[in-house]
Amino acid sequence: MKLTVGPNQFFWKPEEWSAFYTALAEAPVERVVLGELVCSKRLPFYQDRIPAAIEALQGAGKAVAVTSLALITLKRERKLSAELIEAGVEVEINDLTMLAYLPEGAGFSVGPLVNVYNDSTLSWLAGRGATSICLPPELPLDSVERLAHLGRDLGVAIEVWGHGRVPLAISGRCYHARLHGHSKDNCRFACEDDPDGLKLATLEGQDFLAINGVQTLSDSFACADHQIERLRETGVTRVRLSPHSGDFAAVCALYRARIDGQIERGAVAGALKTMQPGIPLSDGFLTGTRGAEWSGDSARTSSTT
Amino acid sequence: MVMEIVCPAGTPASLRAAVKAGAHTVYCGFADETNARNFPGLNFDRDEIRDGIAFAHDHGAKVLVAINTFPRAGAEPLWHRALADAESAGADAVILADLGLLAHAAQHHPNLRRHLSVQAAAANADMINFYARAFGVKRVVLPRVLSVQEITAINAETEVETEVFVFGGLCVMAEGRCMLSSYATGQSPNMNGVCSPASHVDYHDEAGALSARLGGYTIHQVAAGEPAPYPTLCKGCFQAGEKTGHLFEDPVSLNAETLIPQLAEAGVTALKIEGRQRSRAYVAKVVRNFRAAVDAQAAGLPMPEGMLASLTEGQAATAGAYKKTWR
Repeated sequence: MKLTVGPNQFFWKPEEWSAFYTALAEAPVERVVLGELVCSKRLPFYQDRIPAAIEALQGAGKAVAVTSLALITLKRERKLSAELIEAGVEVEINDLTMLAYLPEGAGFSVGPLVNVYNDSTLSWLAGRGATSICLPPELPLDSVERLAHLGRDLGVAIEVWGHGRVPLAISGRCYHARLHGHSKDNCRFACEDDPDGLKLATLEGQDFLAINGVQTLSDSFACADHQIERLRETGVTRVRLSPHSGDFAAVCALYRARIDGQIERGAVAGALKTMQPGIPLSDGFLTGTRGAEWSGDSARTSSTT
Repeated sequence: MVMEIVCPAGTPASLRAAVKAGAHTVYCGFADETNARNFPGLNFDRDEIRDGIAFAHDHGAKVLVAINTFPRAGAEPLWHRALADAESAGADAVILADLGLLAHAAQHHPNLRRHLSVQAAAANADMINFYARAFGVKRVVLPRVLSVQEITAINAETEVETEVFVFGGLCVMAEGRCMLSSYATGQSPNMNGVCSPASHVDYHDEAGALSARLGGYTIHQVAAGEPAPYPTLCKGCFQAGEKTGHLFEDPVSLNAETLIPQLAEAGVTALKIEGRQRSRAYVAKVVRNFRAAVDAQAAGLPMPEGMLASLTEGQAATAGAYKKTWR
């Protein structure tokens, strides 16, 4: 199995953004998807740094793709999205609007925010040129298994969400701006102070979700540690790690070691708990219970202790 | 031209009530996970759909069948049967969201008119035109993230008819792209046709406070004795940073009746009322009001205003994203 690092979902300072990809060039992952997923207003702050990051990652032998936005509405965003096709790098579509721009026969990859729930959708996308698909994080293992088998038959690499806060919703409204009493159009970049999103808790203080501009994420970090063998059996060929602040290259190395059999089941989760004390983990979407559950202990219990 | 009123029917009785109240069109679904209002005791079996369509057609109304969840891997025949049965029952169109199901419908039911569900979240003209080219979609139900200005711009760029929500429940997230419910409960709109399901709700009384919980997470809290609102996840009261409150959306529902003239001006074909889970009395009242409003609009008369205030959730209503300040 290979490792993909997905696009950074958060708004980082430009120099931190660059430092992240410089470090990632040395990390043991095969593929990197970068670019702006969540909010087009963030892009101008680091857009000019993208070509150098792509070059460095490719120079280090990694496959690179650029992501589309998750929700394309404005005229400016449509133009930006159409131009992405001409970037000369593989495009990961995270909004089906991209199908309007991709020339027939051009290859592309499909990101986790496109609804691929069944054989017909997977087959249609494969016929349209999809070469790899990261399945929606919501899918349970039995669906993953069926789609992985079909993907193998059709020559489409199937990837699952393996690490990081799970993208749960996208909106026309910016919750960071709303929290700070601003409108979306005059947001004053309220999201820039929360490099991993802003925790949202219940009135009883139970950690629940995280807000990230127009996006809502899980508070818990998905962790596929306990599911690696099962994923391999199902025919999944890639696991996606989603960027967070901290020593992310070390996180990549942990998953690499786990997949290569150098460390045991549970070792990644254990190390993550040491690296980020109190971090709740979850794998309930994969196990088919509910997203917030953790097959190790209860994510919700760990988050309140 | 009179704008088309598209009305919800969760039961055969509601369908008849909506038609008698003046609905141009009614939408409904089969009693299973193929539709996005898969609630206990709701929706139609095969005979009921057939009879309902016959009743509507006899009264000059149309029926749309919503098959708008995302088929589960390995269970696609259930959705394919729903398509075939909707066509043979005489449905005027089906409302679909899933790419694969659209492809299947275009191939196997080419004469069955296809509408794009709000669950497909087609929020711009390029995407709408793609669905028209690829699958022959004739109408799109626009996501509730767009302003009237944006809807005007979309209509200028597409031949596909547009239908917009004007009344009832309000999703604040892009529809069909929200997994909040399955994160908390394991049941999702996309896979199961439910959001914040009653089966996962409990009310917890402690120290004089009543908590309405969903999947064990407190969504609302009120003083004991006060009525607790239903714990719909995105309408809950939470804390983040220094703030406590309804961080996603207040417990309001959508009421865009005063915007009907602007929506007509924007080129919108049809106005959709949410609420297949509502009673037939509610449906009839809302339908009568909106029918009067679109008739007045077409005749150039002023809009009747505020008639529906008593029917909105928690007595508070919003014009939602149609007014740009909502964002």
